[in-house]
Amino acid sequence: MSASTIIFYILAAITLGGAILAVTSPKIFRSAIYLLFSLIGIAGLYFWMNFEFIAAVQVVVYVGGIVVLIIFSIFLTQGSGSDMKDPVKIRSLFAGLAALCGYCLTYYVIQRTEFHPQLEQGSAEISVSRIGEQMLSTTEHGYLLPFEVVSMLLLSAMIGCIVIAIKTRSIK
Amino acid sequence: MSDIGLGHFLIVSTMLFFIGVYGFMTRRNMITMLMSVELILNACNINFIAFNKFLFPNQLDGVFFTLFVIAIAAAEAAVAIAIIINLYRNRKSIDAEDADMMRL
Repeated sequence: MSASTIIFYILAAITLGGAILAVTSPKIFRSAIYLLFSLIGIAGLYFWMNFEFIAAVQVVVYVGGIVVLIIFSIFLTQGSGSDMKDPVKIRSLFAGLAALCGYCLTYYVIQRTEFHPQLEQGSAEISVSRIGEQMLSTTEHGYLLPFEVVSMLLLSAMIGCIVIAIKTRSIK
Repeated sequence: MSDIGLGHFLIVSTMLFFIGVYGFMTRRNMITMLMSVELILNACNINFIAFNKFLFPNQLDGVFFTLFVIAIAAAEAAVAIAIIINLYRNRKSIDAEDADMMRL
């Protein structure tokens, strides 16, 4: 057991434990905080794989953006300390069974599949400048078109949010 | 980089995905259902990054797909929360079973 192995298992335990507590906790505010821990664990997994830029984006967008948005909407819609209604017993039983069966099936497929890594010699480092150049290039492996489409999507989502959530004042 | 390989990451992301599925099926509160969807999307992101790291180490496609998934997840969460807040104004409840206003 080397140190990086131990760190991987710790990060995986934080991620999965936070996720399990987030979907089972009866208090909604605690559920959001456990989700925060799970997302930080995932960012740690990205750091473990040396994808620092993705880890930073994960922390900024998920931890800094989405979880804060979820917590604000909890404050706007219901009391954060009160318990939620318990899930229907039979439904949670069958949901657990379905999740377990799906997990077992996927595990079986993963164990059976042989993955062949493509070990070509090349620059293996993931630098931010390389990401930026390839994202904005129009050549064969460039990602300029999806980038522009995502920017249009974000703009339309922003306008749509404002239109949906704006308070309509009745005309007297 | 010792004995941890692609399989370990795939198993972690599979567990995360099915935890999200379990939460999506059992929860009745819309905000917690949204949180389960975020878990599912994150499991997908771990898969993209792990495949990029272990199978195609000199390419960047997994990174771009992960970035786009994160951007789309952010847009989706914002729209979902706007809808939830609007529903709460009309119904005073964000229970998924109370949302029947589109029923004929």
